[in-house]
Amino acid sequence: MLEIRWHSRAGQGAVTGAKGLADVIATTGKYVQAFAFYGSAKRGAAMTAYNRVSDEVIINHEKFMKPDYVLVIDPALVYTDNITLNEKETTKYIITTHLSKDELIKSQPELEGKDVYVVDCIQISLDTIGRPIPNTPMLGALMKVSGMYELDFFQEKMKEVLSKFPQKIIDANMKAIEIAYNEVK
Amino acid sequence: MAEKMELKKVEVWDGNLAAAHSLRQAQVDVVSAYPITPSTPIVETFAKFLADGYVDGEYMMVESEHAAMSGCIGASAAGGRVATATSAQGFALMVETLYQASGMRLPIVLHVVNRALASPLNVNGDHSDMYLGRDSGWIQLDTFSPQEVYDMGLMAFKIGEDHDVRLPVMVHQDGFISSHTAQNVSPLSDDEAYEFVGEFKPMNAMLDFEKPISYGVQTEEDWHFEHKARQHNDLMTKVFPKIDEVFQEFEKKTGRKYKIVEDFYMDDARVAIVALGTTVETAKLAARILRKEEKIKAGVVGIRVLRPFPFEQLGEVLKKVKAIGTLDRSSPNGTVGMLYNEISGVLMGHGVKSIVLNYVYGLGGRDITVEMIKNIFRELDQNRKARKRISPVQQFVNLRGPKLEYFDASLVNRGK
Repeated sequence: MLEIRWHSRAGQGAVTGAKGLADVIATTGKYVQAFAFYGSAKRGAAMTAYNRVSDEVIINHEKFMKPDYVLVIDPALVYTDNITLNEKETTKYIITTHLSKDELIKSQPELEGKDVYVVDCIQISLDTIGRPIPNTPMLGALMKVSGMYELDFFQEKMKEVLSKFPQKIIDANMKAIEIAYNEVK
Repeated sequence: MAEKMELKKVEVWDGNLAAAHSLRQAQVDVVSAYPITPSTPIVETFAKFLADGYVDGEYMMVESEHAAMSGCIGASAAGGRVATATSAQGFALMVETLYQASGMRLPIVLHVVNRALASPLNVNGDHSDMYLGRDSGWIQLDTFSPQEVYDMGLMAFKIGEDHDVRLPVMVHQDGFISSHTAQNVSPLSDDEAYEFVGEFKPMNAMLDFEKPISYGVQTEEDWHFEHKARQHNDLMTKVFPKIDEVFQEFEKKTGRKYKIVEDFYMDDARVAIVALGTTVETAKLAARILRKEEKIKAGVVGIRVLRPFPFEQLGEVLKKVKAIGTLDRSSPNGTVGMLYNEISGVLMGHGVKSIVLNYVYGLGGRDITVEMIKNIFRELDQNRKARKRISPVQQFVNLRGPKLEYFDASLVNRGK
């Protein structure tokens, strides 16, 4: 079982990202789960979304999770959310930030000694999509860090997931995924 | 003619989307709705399907849930296939009309996305609304995952609309945990699904002017009792055979097997959990782990059909178990939980003397983890080994603050 926790603000697309990832993975014959915690959800409020991936039918419905990957798509949540909650020794962190990895860890010592990757999904989405929607670039970064799928394969599958959108938006998302894939460190 | 939708062999749908597709594929004639979280996407998506030409039907927006069910009653009495969805307070406001629907023998399908009842206000899942509906004369089907929401969503029409049954059917799913959790769902094609559900065959349709008929009549002490008794009798004698038949037909078509009482690892189980909703699946996982790691012979019983209540089927499946945990996701507010009462009745009715404990959990969406369920199994096993009840009858699971427990074991021993 592979488990992923997203830290996001409502409106940044974590639920759509988690759902899109599940859509892609399901086409490869695996079993998936995508869900989120909703409080009295307001745009901008901190929230978490989740993925489970397995070779068997997923019958676990607990909300509790020890994530293999923590994806942080809003830079400030590193400081205000407990992003290391229920971590494992092997948990990998992919964090949206304009800082370098060293600067980030210095600004948040909690991350010291952990497997941290950084990528500026906010800037990438602004440059490509034109809006700060950091979910698809984060998926590109996840593909690189996890080695889950080759970039080409993932992009092809994401095109299907996004097929209801205009071509321009699909192209912009593909570009965002590619840049994040190449830039994550 | 409605457009057909191309579906993949495996879709990633949450429970709400699964329910909406089941309504679309059944080609419901009328949905009369007043949306409420977390069931909103069911009727919202159905309305979109309809607007996009995927359903030949009507969508009625009304001013309350009371009016929504009243609209369903009118449309069903007129002679159409009818469905809607609701949750929590919406369900509570429907209660009066739920009894009207079942008393008039109208086969409406109601998707109930289970949510806590206020106050305090809470949008998350528990079974308060499901429990509130259990004396309303409806058939209540329970689901444990989005796939099952889809499957029961199709089968509900076939069960309720049968002319021997003619009763409304609720399809229950856990708010958010099922309704907003996307998982793999294998749907039927539109043609296969419609062929399975079949065309709606009206009975005593109000708009059949050749054969005028009255609905909603008054009966006082002369006939009221007979009407209610007949409804009860049909619930007791007609529904289970029909459900078995529909489940078998569905299995032939899909390979997915359902039972009125679902049982997992029960062949040699010494301790068991009886539950409803998604917890059944999580408990199955906990039992699987405990069997492997701690050699506890744990089993799980999931109640697929809550009403009519499967008294005999439960007696059969539970008769050899030494200790049973009944898990209630609804505040009993001053007594033991519903499942504790029902299961105790089942055991007594079958002459079985087992230890029965009651765990109240998950209110307002509070998490129930695999680890917590493992602890329940461990406690049940300790009771089994002691050959008498050593735990309080009722406990609260995963509650903040001091542990709450009632009907303490010491009270039982005092008489000895």
